[in-house]
Amino acid sequence: MPVVLENLGKRFGDGAPVLDDVNASIAQGEFVALLGASGCGKSTLLNIMAGLELPTSGALEVPSDGAAFMFQDAALFPWLTARENIELALKLRGVGKSERRTKANELLDLVHLGGAGDKRPHELSGGMRQRVSLARSLAQDRQLLLMDEPFAALDAITRDLLHDELERIWKETGRTIVFVTHNVREAVRLGQRVLLLSSRPGRVVQEWNVTEEHRTDAGLAGQLTGVITARLREEIRRHAK
Amino acid sequence: MPNNPTPLAEPVESPISTSSISGQAGSNTAEPESRKVHAALTRSSTGNEDLRELESGLDSLQSDAARAARIDWSRILLPVAALVVLVLAWQFYVSLGFKRRDLVPGPLDVLGQFGTLWADGSLQEAVWTSLQRGIVGFLISVVIATPIGLLLAQVAPLRRAFGPLISGLQVLPSVAWVPAAIIWFGLTDATVYFVVFMGAIPSIINGLISGVDQIPPQYRSVGTVLGANRVQMALQIVLPAALPGYLSGLKQGWAFSWRSLMAAEIIAVGGTIGFGLGSMLNQGRDLADMTIVMSAILLILAVGILIELLVFAPIEKRLLRRRGLLAGSTR
Repeated sequence: MPVVLENLGKRFGDGAPVLDDVNASIAQGEFVALLGASGCGKSTLLNIMAGLELPTSGALEVPSDGAAFMFQDAALFPWLTARENIELALKLRGVGKSERRTKANELLDLVHLGGAGDKRPHELSGGMRQRVSLARSLAQDRQLLLMDEPFAALDAITRDLLHDELERIWKETGRTIVFVTHNVREAVRLGQRVLLLSSRPGRVVQEWNVTEEHRTDAGLAGQLTGVITARLREEIRRHAK
Repeated sequence: MPNNPTPLAEPVESPISTSSISGQAGSNTAEPESRKVHAALTRSSTGNEDLRELESGLDSLQSDAARAARIDWSRILLPVAALVVLVLAWQFYVSLGFKRRDLVPGPLDVLGQFGTLWADGSLQEAVWTSLQRGIVGFLISVVIATPIGLLLAQVAPLRRAFGPLISGLQVLPSVAWVPAAIIWFGLTDATVYFVVFMGAIPSIINGLISGVDQIPPQYRSVGTVLGANRVQMALQIVLPAALPGYLSGLKQGWAFSWRSLMAAEIIAVGGTIGFGLGSMLNQGRDLADMTIVMSAILLILAVGILIELLVFAPIEKRLLRRRGLLAGSTR
């Protein structure tokens, strides 16, 4: 099990806990969608897994070499070209100079951006930037890839394509992916397992398995989406005054 | 095509952990006729080739076509026109005769003085001496100020301790250091350089610090996630990210060097200090010759404008354009 979370809790200062008693384990090569309404601490949980923040209670087990991370906006460095952004990740990982170039080109090709390596981030569309960002996080070569609503800011057409793209790359590279989203359709479309996080405090309240049939049968996928949405709304309604 | 088409609809085994990123060979090819599209909930493309095609179509739709750069003549003609208008207004005022000609000389008188100064070589000497000092002093200031600024910006206790002092030094007019410098170093070039350093260094440090302060916090998170250590973070991420702020610090640093230099040259005259533009200004005052004073002022101004136009403006423009920050500006 590359990721195990045990009774994980997090509070900021003296405030109410953001996360409380979170338990989950994620298997090698699994694609897990972490679903929740706004303010349920999904991003905090992801930051804890990435080592950007520390939990206040509980224990977690993550791969010792850390995790690759993909942010909601592409977070590319504007002073570097697309290829140089990927090369920087390789460089900080300690890859030699001659190898960096070939490796970066391979990764660009993997995300179907072979011809855009010399463009700067501002010359790329949102979807292209997010693909460069994906290539950069793959350049980190970590088994665990954490994604924080990476497609939330994209238009629907681009998002649909990037779902296919991410699924393809997941299958080609065998990464373990934890994908945070507030979009039920996206969770069902991508995850093998969907974990629903409650809000204030965040806690895993229910989980669903998504099978291969859901990938090809829109009716089945729609049904599951309905079930999960109903449960999510129940969770939100609890907070009504 | 480097990758063979890999249909997404192949049966899924549990994905095996492998870090290889090469494409898998697939046997089926995408069949455009039998495409079933269920966007949003299920797979919407029929395979790698289909996806590649769709994405490249979308990419070209969403990217702007490159625009060819052309010389914009208004950029050159407007400033020249403004200059001509100013000189004409000056000439018009002088020709009205409100003031004595030796107190307010006209453009032609000053031009004549330029010719005289050029002929006896003192104009070239003054410009060369000052420019050389300004540039050398500025470059040394950059070398001193950059590591200090980076250190202050990155190490919080140092910043808290010395930040107010550095900001204070920037407010202190560097002319205030001239008496001290003369007492310490006498009438030598060291005096002039000392005053230039005291003017330029705090200003460059401050520019770099404020440049670092304006870096989006996310850049540092990305750096941490990518595994950068402290030095790599400072040199590979913080410094390049702070470059626009650093550059305005450098511009201001140059302005402070040049001003401090003039102040020092006006006050400290004689000894082994050579003949610079400030010295020329002082000489004009001693001789009560307004044309020399005006010539010196115009030369000081001209050097400032030329350095901005020939050195800083192109660098800044290139820097901002590469980051996509120039769109919609009035530059």
